[in-house]
Amino acid sequence: MNIAIASGKGGTGKTSVSVNLALSVPGPVQVLDCDADEPNVHTLLPLKTEEIEPVFTMIPEFDEVKCTQSKKCAAFCPNHAIFVGKTGIQFFPELCYGCGGCILSCPNQAIKEGKRQLGVTKSGLTAEGVQVVYGDLNVGEPLVVPVIKAVKNRASKQNRVTVILDCPPGVSCPMVESVHGSDYCLLVTEPTPFGLHDLQLAVDTIRQLEIPIGVVVNRAGIGDKQVYSYCASEQIPILLEIPHSRKIAELFAEGIPFVTQLPEWQPKFERLFRTIQERID
Amino acid sequence: MKELVIVSGKGGTGKTTITASLTALASDLIIADCDVDAPNLHLLLGPDIQFSEEFIESKVAVINPELCTQCGVCESACKFDAISSTFQVDPILCEGCGVCFISCPVNAIEMQERLSGYIYNSKTSYGPMAHALLLPGESNSGKLVTRVRALASKLAEKHERDLILTDGPPGIACAAIATITGASAGLVVTEPTVPAIHDLKRILDLFQHFKIPVMVLINKADLNIRKSEEIADYCQRNDIPIVGQLDYDLKMYEAVVAGLPIVEYAPSNRLSKALKAIWKRVEKQLDAF
Repeated sequence: MNIAIASGKGGTGKTSVSVNLALSVPGPVQVLDCDADEPNVHTLLPLKTEEIEPVFTMIPEFDEVKCTQSKKCAAFCPNHAIFVGKTGIQFFPELCYGCGGCILSCPNQAIKEGKRQLGVTKSGLTAEGVQVVYGDLNVGEPLVVPVIKAVKNRASKQNRVTVILDCPPGVSCPMVESVHGSDYCLLVTEPTPFGLHDLQLAVDTIRQLEIPIGVVVNRAGIGDKQVYSYCASEQIPILLEIPHSRKIAELFAEGIPFVTQLPEWQPKFERLFRTIQERID
Repeated sequence: MKELVIVSGKGGTGKTTITASLTALASDLIIADCDVDAPNLHLLLGPDIQFSEEFIESKVAVINPELCTQCGVCESACKFDAISSTFQVDPILCEGCGVCFISCPVNAIEMQERLSGYIYNSKTSYGPMAHALLLPGESNSGKLVTRVRALASKLAEKHERDLILTDGPPGIACAAIATITGASAGLVVTEPTVPAIHDLKRILDLFQHFKIPVMVLINKADLNIRKSEEIADYCQRNDIPIVGQLDYDLKMYEAVVAGLPIVEYAPSNRLSKALKAIWKRVEKQLDAF
């Protein structure tokens, strides 16, 4: 079972929910941290050892001898990453997202597949026995989606393993790539106009993917009641409320998952898990 | 003309609430919201949209089932797994590159323009504002950010303003890079939590990578004084100025519910007073860079 934890707005508590849920789920559990440009799961659940694998994207490799300067590759490239001038070919790797169209367009087979490293994935076990995989995008690298795909490729294929995907904020391609293919999506929000605005965007996005949605209201008690009326009118179940609590915020500041210090929360997260399980079935 | 971008690495550290207050404290400025996939600044500044433009940047492949012979060439050529085994294009996965279009031996594929969002040119009581909305699930957030920044520059020229204040997206990838490249300076809003400090270091590296001067503001500083000191030490060691600290105060949420920058909602509140002092230091630092 794959559960995606997403939000729209950043900082609503996605990582906190992912980690506390992982520590409360009965049976084997794996957390995939898909927020590859700012991964945080491992800061709350440190890994004992890390197995590192590089992540590459396909880029064209030009054979200047075979090239007849037809410029077909440059004409095709949807991101204008190739420039063919009098002095030869100029290629801007950071603009290329690896569609391979230049290779197909070249009439002289002067382009072949090369590769460029974007970052790495790291995986390992925590002291509690949770398997964590996270992406680590190179700083300065804009292309994050292939790293997210690489993290997801390391998802456990065993049915008995619960896979929790901690997704990046926003509602554009990195978030969609992360949530895509999950059995259930939990949207974490806060009861403020910001939280509501971005929750609505996130719901519109996840509905396009046809994945069932449940909501976690974090910092309940602050703000207003609009998130609740929105969920009621859209018939989206609120599966958990985490009250605004300075204690919880302080534990997060220290990098401590709060279920470990406030044990009364473990059954609440376990119940959340069971509810999701029932809803998927 | 100077462009100050407010970013954070980690989401939810307080970029937008702080940007809104700095907007209210600054004079003669242009405002830009570059968090195009989850914009919130408009909720505090109440922009009146003067003009909106469609953002059409990419295409989407459409397969004509009457011409398709189901040969499978497009499916194997697509690097984004956007074509299913029943030869349907998933518009969410389709990057619009056109590889399927050029691969199809029977010309059964058409590339159609797709609407990815809107760009807005607005008026607020604090100054003209450039902002946008990326439609849910769309890609190209970086390109939309670039368009918002271009509009903000145009507005600055037209209205003869010397400052653009930009609310940025979280993260350090595509949209964040599009927001900070070429800006005059950055203001990173962080908080004293383990995850935020991890993300702070990465975004400071990003500023260094692009050689853009940067300053830091510690929000919710009293949540963990020891970690706030750790941030201050780190910044000092790396010659990064800290322009101030704000305490963790629920008044901030009240201002958000009221839909106002806190300096307007509660001018005598301690956060408002601190923000006024912070703005003075930010202005000074902008001149010093």
